[in-house]
Amino acid sequence: MSPELLVFAVIGTIAVAASILVISMRNPVHSALFLLLTFLCVAVLFVMKGAEFVGAVQVLVYAGGIMVLFLFVVMLINVRHLPDEKVLSNFWKGGFAVGLAVFILFVTLVRPGVYHDPVPSDKALRSTYTYRHRKVKNPDGTVTRKLIRRGKVAGNSEAVAMALYTDYLVPFEVASLFLLVAMIGAIVIGKRELSASEEENIPAYMLERSETEHEIKEAMSA
Amino acid sequence: MPEAIPSTAAYLMLSGTLFAIGLVGVIIRRNMITVLMAVELMMNAVNINLVAFSHRFASLEGQIFTIFIITVAAGEAAVGLAIIIQLYRLKSTINVDEARSMNG
Repeated sequence: MSPELLVFAVIGTIAVAASILVISMRNPVHSALFLLLTFLCVAVLFVMKGAEFVGAVQVLVYAGGIMVLFLFVVMLINVRHLPDEKVLSNFWKGGFAVGLAVFILFVTLVRPGVYHDPVPSDKALRSTYTYRHRKVKNPDGTVTRKLIRRGKVAGNSEAVAMALYTDYLVPFEVASLFLLVAMIGAIVIGKRELSASEEENIPAYMLERSETEHEIKEAMSA
Repeated sequence: MPEAIPSTAAYLMLSGTLFAIGLVGVIIRRNMITVLMAVELMMNAVNINLVAFSHRFASLEGQIFTIFIITVAAGEAAVGLAIIIQLYRLKSTINVDEARSMNG
């Protein structure tokens, strides 16, 4: 057994076991911690498949950002005060049946032997290119400048950045707009209307209008 | 002699297993936070699939789309958790079965 296969077997087993524990734990904090373990295992799998940058993003965004968000919400919602009720939903039998059906479907679709192939070199996953002008002598004697693409093998991050900032520039910008919209949506949905008694207790400095606002109003009326 | 390194089929079967576990979690759990975690699990399974095929076909597109999926997952988690907080303020519960005032 080669070391790669051994690492894949161990990491895959841990990932599957941790994800089963995610959906079976009663306490959401325990679920969140097992979800963190699953994310880290998936990051290892990414690195094994030659996707180092995606593995790093997985650790930073999922394990660093999304998990902290989940844990904050679990702390905001006081779990101990929740009624001690059943974990399973009413249609849990149907849920298990659907899950088993999907699992059998996937396993029969990708049974071993379907994708047996010589593994290609991952050179394409880490190669980038530059453009150069070069003087070319035409057959009729004239000299023109021609754009020549020259490839070179670099790191995976460089190759991903090259693709992201050239071929996928528009989706990249749309993703930034999407994040802005999601942020505004989360703030608007999550904010709380103050009750009358709370409004009385607002500190005075919060209600004071800033001087610049006064100045703007004066300038507008003048 | 079988090949010594994990094949693409092994990765696809692992990702299918994780996806099925996430789907079961979405359906059977009543706690809304756990349901959202199961959705994240399913997105991770899809990411494994994309990265495995990116390696198999020696093409970067799979990794690029994985990055976009991670972006969408971050936004989805933020909005979903805001909705959960608002539901907890309104109903003092995060049980999925309790949120039925629209008779869905």
